[in-house]
Amino acid sequence: MAQRELVIVGNGMVGHHLVEQLLAAGCRDHIRVIGAEPRPAYDRVHLSEVFAGRNPEDLALATRDEYERCGVSAHFGDPVASVDAERHEVVTERGRRFAWDKLVLATGSHPFVPPVPGADQPGCFVYRTIDDLGAIRAAAGAAESGVVIGGGLLGLEAANALRNLGLATHVVEFAPLLMGAQLDADGGAMLERLIAAEGIGVHLSRETKRIIRDPGGRLVLHFADGETLATDLIVFSAGIRPQDRLARAAGLRIGPRGGVMVDYHCRTSDSDVFAAGECALFGGRIYGLVAPGYRMAEVVAAQLTGGAAQFKGADMSTKLKLLGVDVGSIGDTRGDTGGALAYRFADEAAGVYKKVVVSADRKRLLGAVLVGECGDYDMLRQYVLNAVEPPGEPLSLILPRNDGAPAMAAHALPDGATICSCHNVTRTAILGAMDAGAACLADVKRETRAATGCGGCGALLASVVETALAERGVAVNHHLCEHFPHSRQELYHLVLVGGLRTFNALIERHGRGRGCDICKPAVASILASVHNEHVLDAEHVGLQDTNDTFMANMQKDGTYSVIPRVPAGEITPEKLIVLGNVARRHGLYTKITGAQRVDLLGARLEQLPAIWRELVDAGFETGHAYGKAVRTVKSCVGSTWCRYGVQDSVAMAIDLENRYKGLRSPHKLKFAVSGCARECAEARGKDVGVIATDKGWNLYVCGNGGMRPRHADLFATDLDEATLVRYVDRFLMFYVRTADRLQRTSVWLEHLEGGLDYLREVVIDDKLGIGAELEAQMARVIGTYRCEWKATLDDPEKLKRFRAFVNSETADDNIVMVPERGQPRPARPDEKVRLLAAENA
Amino acid sequence: MTSGGWRELCREGDLVPGSGVAALADDRQVAVFYLPGEAPAVHVIDNRDPFSGAGVLARGILGDLGGELVVASPIYKQHFSLVTGRCVEEHGVQLDIWDTRLEGGSVLIRPSSRPA
Repeated sequence: MAQRELVIVGNGMVGHHLVEQLLAAGCRDHIRVIGAEPRPAYDRVHLSEVFAGRNPEDLALATRDEYERCGVSAHFGDPVASVDAERHEVVTERGRRFAWDKLVLATGSHPFVPPVPGADQPGCFVYRTIDDLGAIRAAAGAAESGVVIGGGLLGLEAANALRNLGLATHVVEFAPLLMGAQLDADGGAMLERLIAAEGIGVHLSRETKRIIRDPGGRLVLHFADGETLATDLIVFSAGIRPQDRLARAAGLRIGPRGGVMVDYHCRTSDSDVFAAGECALFGGRIYGLVAPGYRMAEVVAAQLTGGAAQFKGADMSTKLKLLGVDVGSIGDTRGDTGGALAYRFADEAAGVYKKVVVSADRKRLLGAVLVGECGDYDMLRQYVLNAVEPPGEPLSLILPRNDGAPAMAAHALPDGATICSCHNVTRTAILGAMDAGAACLADVKRETRAATGCGGCGALLASVVETALAERGVAVNHHLCEHFPHSRQELYHLVLVGGLRTFNALIERHGRGRGCDICKPAVASILASVHNEHVLDAEHVGLQDTNDTFMANMQKDGTYSVIPRVPAGEITPEKLIVLGNVARRHGLYTKITGAQRVDLLGARLEQLPAIWRELVDAGFETGHAYGKAVRTVKSCVGSTWCRYGVQDSVAMAIDLENRYKGLRSPHKLKFAVSGCARECAEARGKDVGVIATDKGWNLYVCGNGGMRPRHADLFATDLDEATLVRYVDRFLMFYVRTADRLQRTSVWLEHLEGGLDYLREVVIDDKLGIGAELEAQMARVIGTYRCEWKATLDDPEKLKRFRAFVNSETADDNIVMVPERGQPRPARPDEKVRLLAAENA
Repeated sequence: MTSGGWRELCREGDLVPGSGVAALADDRQVAVFYLPGEAPAVHVIDNRDPFSGAGVLARGILGDLGGELVVASPIYKQHFSLVTGRCVEEHGVQLDIWDTRLEGGSVLIRPSSRPA
């Protein structure tokens, strides 16, 4: 039987999700996607981040290559012009024809521009695509202020985008309140206060009658009440209209106000044609959030692969951060249900408004509105979605609680409760994943994808997992090893609070046995980050991994690699010559490292002091290449030399490296500084990445290369050097204090409850009030820095360790070198045998 | 050589408390571990790590696993018993061990008569 042809019109978020679902279900059809935009699907929800420094490419959800690899034919930038339902064919604008057996319309929506005279002038834009953003950015260059027409969710997103561009931003809304679809009057009013406090101009109950360009070239909005507002740039975000033109022309049934009508299988009036996402009309509604669109895509995928699934409408609850304000909306927010009762809490000083709507018999929570603080969003949503009976006194759900504990235990949730609505993960699915072997939160996230969309259900997911683990009798064990019944974080606090300075003191008081190669180095690292004493001091000897003990990296034959510090990769010709001479004199192999410094290999243990004496005399310091410590700050050439550089990345990198060198941490730390957006220093792949902007520096955190590469997250933008350093001080110390043994910053962030948002709250907003303490601790570490090789060379006791044998001056004859490409390398076992035979011959 | 087959390997002052040092016993490299205050205070095993062939065991970290006194090889981290020389992770891999005692500031050794 010939392969069935499946054509998907539209490659937006929903269209792409459909492709993923089909592939996951093992769909045998030939899938063809045709997208109007010139690029594959991208995350439209986070568009405004592009103006905050995020790369448009990072928003991509798919690439051409990935589609090709999966056998999906993909066409971009050539929209479908017509659909022929009789002949089962589509024709694109460029005249290409494709046949189909089944068709899916995922054409989404277009922004609604009200028919206001003057709305089509230059300087007026819509906000939907990456190309729209490009146009807005180009216009913003010459602009000082911008107006968004439309105060709904999308309008406020667009306002955020304009604000990120540095424009004085205004929001104009026809209705008397913002986000009328999600909030009630009081919630809208609180939102307005909070947004206005952020410097955004809010103009409610304003109907724009016309837009006129004044003699000075500015655009002037004329409102029905006679008021005017002058600006340089206007973005229309006054609503969306489904893109149903193709369906209309093909004779499919369309709703009275537009939208392709679908049944609960997402099938249109033609049984071979489906529709999903914002172009589809179900039960008289267009669902303008991505999660319901994803549910529709899943239903279509099931229908096409022999599964059984139905779309029954979707929860339109939403939690998001708009212009810095947390907003949450659940269920019936206005109490439209007959007999419903409302409970309200408002704290204008703190900028918090909460409301819950309860059924007349008070046995069901029907809805909630949260503005300014959304910590209880998950819990309240569970009450509403799963008809959990609320407490006898519903006010207790929204009044401030002293203990901060969630008001509903995770085990009160019914099994079918939806925990994550972005990926539609129920409690049953989570328990199923744990039955199949997921043993911790990270495993569950990976298996089910819960809490990896908007992340809003994170705390609830953690609660469900921990409760389930406890129920299964699995003690969630964070013990370091058999010698310490404590996690690394706990040991850190015990050392700090107890003022303990040695391993023996710690194990005597808080552990048992002699210790081992797991806890000794971990404790040594903690002691170093707290007290920063020399690694070879008598009490610390024997704790460290050999690399740290001898301050060099051991290689496979017992020789060592020596890497002096070359801050930011900048080195004078004189110093290069010194390195060359040292290598020649001691017969070492040389190689440039990925971190922009020079590696000298083949050093015997007893040679290390002599090598380092020469290096120290020439002005070099240890590079800490052996330690769980700050390694290097990679840099690009920057504004000093490069045509494109906007800041001096080398100077910044040198400053950072000299500041943080020697800091010991749970795992190695790598930094980079790039002098412009071209990012030649690859800062996005580092624990701390700094990228220059024309206003200052953008800070990225928690990236890494290696076995599990991860891009760093944008943390803060346009910082001056002082602020950057303060944030990095706090970030690093917070990580050092709270991470697990050998946990890289990326993994640490993944496990941090509240994720990046929480990290920002701790570091930038100082939510925990520990900022000064963290900075003081960093200052202590910096103040006690000394090159440990220099210190070792001055101390005969420490030097004694650098002997091959305590009872002989003979060298280790196990170490044999042979030449390769003009340099020495360790001989292989078979080569050693041959050499030995030749000697004895 | 003293009676009973004992010979001096090195001085007690050459040892490092809580850690190991390497020494030559004729042509063999040995690792000497020093735990002052314990009985016995000194342990001597082969210095050569059988998995990499490098003479590095003296530079490993000491500890106990389930009560068994061990050193972890710096290269691949296998653990070797200081008392029996057995490899914890690989059944059947066995290091040579020596009897040892401290006397008058000297570290004395002789080939072990203990069963493997």
